[in-house]
Amino acid sequence: MEIKSMHFKANASAKLADVVLQRNLKSSKGKFVAKRAEAIKDLDDFEGTRDAAAAIRNKVIDNLDLWLERFERKALDTGAKVLWAKDGAEVCRLVVEIARKHGVTKVTKSKSMLSEEAGLNHALEAAGIQPVETDLGEYILQVDNNEPPSHIIAPAVHKSLDDVADLFHKVHGTPRKTDIPALTREAREVLRGHFLSAGMGLSGGNFLVAETGSVALVTNEGNGRMVTTIPKVHVVITGIEKVIPTLEDLSTLMRLLPRSATGQSISNYFSILTGVKKPEEHDGPEHLYFVLVDSGRADVVGGDFHEMLRCIRCGACMNHCPVYQTIGGHAYGWVYPGPMGSVLTPLYAGIENAIDLPHAATLCNQCGVVCPVKIPLPDLLRKLREKQTERGLRPLTERIGLRLWAWVAQQPRLYALGASVGARYLKWLAGDTDRIRLLPTAPEWSLGRDFPAPQGKTFRELYAARQTRTKEST
Amino acid sequence: MRIGLFVTCLVDLMRPRIGFATLKLLESAGCEVIVPETQTCCGQPAWNSGDAPGAVALAKKTIAEFEGFDYVVSPSGSCGDQIRTEYPGMFAEEPEWRDRATALASRTYELTDFLVTVLKVDSVPGDYEGTVTYHDSCSGLRSMGIKKQPRALLAKLKGVTLKEMNGCEECCGFGGTFSVKFGEVSAAIAERKCDNILASGAHAVVGGDLGCLLNIEGKLRRMGDETTQVLHVAEVLAGRV
Ligand code: SF4
Repeated sequence: MEIKSMHFKANASAKLADVVLQRNLKSSKGKFVAKRAEAIKDLDDFEGTRDAAAAIRNKVIDNLDLWLERFERKALDTGAKVLWAKDGAEVCRLVVEIARKHGVTKVTKSKSMLSEEAGLNHALEAAGIQPVETDLGEYILQVDNNEPPSHIIAPAVHKSLDDVADLFHKVHGTPRKTDIPALTREAREVLRGHFLSAGMGLSGGNFLVAETGSVALVTNEGNGRMVTTIPKVHVVITGIEKVIPTLEDLSTLMRLLPRSATGQSISNYFSILTGVKKPEEHDGPEHLYFVLVDSGRADVVGGDFHEMLRCIRCGACMNHCPVYQTIGGHAYGWVYPGPMGSVLTPLYAGIENAIDLPHAATLCNQCGVVCPVKIPLPDLLRKLREKQTERGLRPLTERIGLRLWAWVAQQPRLYALGASVGARYLKWLAGDTDRIRLLPTAPEWSLGRDFPAPQGKTFRELYAARQTRTKEST
Repeated sequence: MRIGLFVTCLVDLMRPRIGFATLKLLESAGCEVIVPETQTCCGQPAWNSGDAPGAVALAKKTIAEFEGFDYVVSPSGSCGDQIRTEYPGMFAEEPEWRDRATALASRTYELTDFLVTVLKVDSVPGDYEGTVTYHDSCSGLRSMGIKKQPRALLAKLKGVTLKEMNGCEECCGFGGTFSVKFGEVSAAIAERKCDNILASGAHAVVGGDLGCLLNIEGKLRRMGDETTQVLHVAEVLAGRV
């Protein structure tokens, strides 16, 4: 997918000014948060489960090559083929090749963020193969001129019921309806034909189980089942970090994933798919391919951002993020929004292509405390800021300003003088009011708020005067 | 008990009375409080902006200034957290400094936490009268576990009624340099916080971190609210200084 993260700030402004989006964000805000809070109550030891989940993910990413080999061996035993893709371009090439090999002209897809990373739909279309998104959210986006998703779990969360009603009326040429079941039925009717006629199904994978060579799929609409069982060919596209050791581990992670994501104790559908259709079985694909994608992940292994590979893509960090809640997911400019996206985008799409993202966070750590696998997201964002500084990617004025400030703060007398002057200057700006309308030194502050006036003298001045008075009076 | 008071650069510059309120609270609880003259800033702005060398230099300076005290107390969960949580991790390559940082970290407290957990005060001198709502600042809440402490102290004031707002634990949008890098987004987050404050109907919003309070006050005033007081918890607890 094309990366637009360099324009984060301008995008964010536009999103703030978008009245419809703001209304939709307000009405969806807090829904996932409240549901998650309710859902985690049924675990007697939520913190312990988080620790266990983090440990499972660490075990894998600390020896990723080994676990991938184990998975590959098992998957091959089940009759699947395992292909490795270095990057998005290779994903596209491999999938087009598979489609051509099996004479496929139409592909039904259940949700895969990696397909977004790779820009796969575009590549399929260019090769004359029709991709059909079957996840309701993804379908809505596809028929709306291939709009990119704004959330990893709920891709069309930025749209309201009215938006969808208008859209379906327009693209399906049916009477406009605002009844959710009726709209869903309409999408289903369109999709049904595609499910039956597609030659190949394409899915992501929530987990790859090394012990059995299976892929685990967590979905809510049942489209995943249609995509993975009806067509003769099933292709799983997923990142190399998605492997976990055992089914037991899967059950631990599944206690957290749906609860953290949508606040469900279990998703409506949960499939563990193993191997190709056996002669005695009634359904399932005759050909199963795993396309395991690197796209920057291997470079993260063992480095400063290693912990990010634990991510199980639940979306809790974005649901709880004050910045995400305010501007939505599109402003982030690539596949992954919110705190996890602000870490992943620089890592996978280039630190220099996402200069704003690591700074686009208040470091409130709401993400860190909800992350089911305990990824210290604020620390990682901060480390990315350090990398930017080390590589000279921050604006020169900012770098000089910070350096100068840090130097002055090491010279107590000079600092004290600067603070007294600063306090008086700010007081002067406020005049005889209690506030400064426009801060010349930081105009951004003043865009949406006043700056309260200082008292006028610094604590250290007043304290020194008080000490002198005390001495004099004794 | 000798306490080193870490005033914080923001209190020094903007609201000295919070520093004096802190002094009063500690002294009235029987502590000997010393204010090291050479203190400046804990280095958090540098640390959070990606200037590790600048942050490390300021951490060393702060450690050297404060390690002689029994405790270090600060009227800020954010600066307290910088010393307590971040300092020890800054010196991976310098074991001697790491040990000094770790020792200091274990003796560093946010004001209300110190009053409740260490001093276990029975009463506070304040005499505020009115309904207040409490904003939980992020670092204090999520890193230092400051939640019950300020509420327990406010409950000791007869004239104070606490009325919780919706989303009291949600970020106010300040985020240090975030507020000046992404002013519009920051102010939009602040607006949500202020809506909740106003909806609570409290006379005052009280909090433990001046950065958040300046952000909240600035937004409330810009929204046209002239009456809601914005107070640091130390001011409310200490009364007149
Ligand atoms: S970083 Fe954590 S909270 Fe965010 S999507 Fe990944 S697992 Fe979920």
